[in-house]
Amino acid sequence: MGKALERLYNGILKENPTFVLILGMCPTLAVTTSAINGLGMGLTTMAVLILSNMLISMLRKIIPDGVRIPAFIVVIASFVTVVELLLEAYIPSLYDSLGLYIPLIVVNCIILGRAEAYASKNNVFLSVFDGLGMGLGFTIALTLIGSIRELLGSGAVFGYHVLPASYEPLTIFILAPGAFFVLAFLIAIMNKINLLKGRPTGKGGNCDQLCAECSNHGCLGRRIAKEDK
Amino acid sequence: MTNLLAIAIGSAFISNVVLSQFLGICPFLGVSKKVKTAVGMGSAVVFVITLASAVAGVIYQYVLVPLQITYLQTIVFILVIAALVQFVEMFLKKTMKGLYQALGVYLPLITTNCAVLGVALSNVQKGYTILEGIVNGFAVAFGFLISITIMAGLRESMEYNDIPKAFRGMPHVLLTAGLMAIAFFGFAGLK
Repeated sequence: MGKALERLYNGILKENPTFVLILGMCPTLAVTTSAINGLGMGLTTMAVLILSNMLISMLRKIIPDGVRIPAFIVVIASFVTVVELLLEAYIPSLYDSLGLYIPLIVVNCIILGRAEAYASKNNVFLSVFDGLGMGLGFTIALTLIGSIRELLGSGAVFGYHVLPASYEPLTIFILAPGAFFVLAFLIAIMNKINLLKGRPTGKGGNCDQLCAECSNHGCLGRRIAKEDK
Repeated sequence: MTNLLAIAIGSAFISNVVLSQFLGICPFLGVSKKVKTAVGMGSAVVFVITLASAVAGVIYQYVLVPLQITYLQTIVFILVIAALVQFVEMFLKKTMKGLYQALGVYLPLITTNCAVLGVALSNVQKGYTILEGIVNGFAVAFGFLISITIMAGLRESMEYNDIPKAFRGMPHVLLTAGLMAIAFFGFAGLK
């Protein structure tokens, strides 16, 4: 049980996918126009992450090493399709506001990254908790960014007006540039805290490495070629 | 013809893929340190997205629709794109050495670029014909090439600026991207 709780702590704080690992930037910037959208996207991604971690962990001894990346992608894409159809049927309002970004969960680095780094090496129970922890970390980050943007951009959080009517909403925070600004300041604050505590600043400085890492996970082509040789 | 032109301008400038759709953010932030590499990456993206939207369009129209399995589009598209990038790489390596040397290193980086899958899916979502889809794909990718090149130019000239420590790296790049996004709002007047 202790190990399962450690997984949750790891996902939410120690290796928070958004603020520490800086993964999955696409949805982080695109759908956080309001707190509810951020929450919806976070929970959707979490559902896919838990399901794919579970199935990949179950199949970890069956999937041959050489074709594991394509196999992971097929598993993830299937779950994304299932979740997409469920959302369309039962929560159409969320389906409409997330739109194109639901199928794009397939290419979210967090999911393939966890499959490769954790679920393919650990048992089902721990993999589910790893998915839950990472999913919660992602959900919290997205809801936080969404709340800040909604608060500054329309004076409300989750649709409830919390700022006095005299507050002139800064609409730019709901528009595209606002996403960049809010994330820039949040990462700068994280860096500042790390600097004050004398820790090395997050991986924020070298996205090159992160992108390369991520693409290596997803780069099934290269692997297939290598295996063929 | 005017229809195609409207799609092209709309996708390249007004709803720019990076600065207003947030697709392909990772290479935009990661591979934009030098203008030369940015142009290389951008050109590879133009090449792959144009080709991928053509192939995805054909497969959707002539395989998925007749078989009534359009709900499998996400799975099919991601596998097609991955295989396509692999084929393009092998083809260029064998036949066009010069182009391979220019674009080769960037090709594997593109498979997980969400812009490629995003364009294939949005072509279907918007109900574009195959030709419209190809034009849209090219325009989206051209928009990417423009924005990543501008970003690299800005970063090159800001390299020796005295930036507060906490803002170095990612935050500073994100702020620049935000300002660029504001500048791109100017294109909305073209509509």
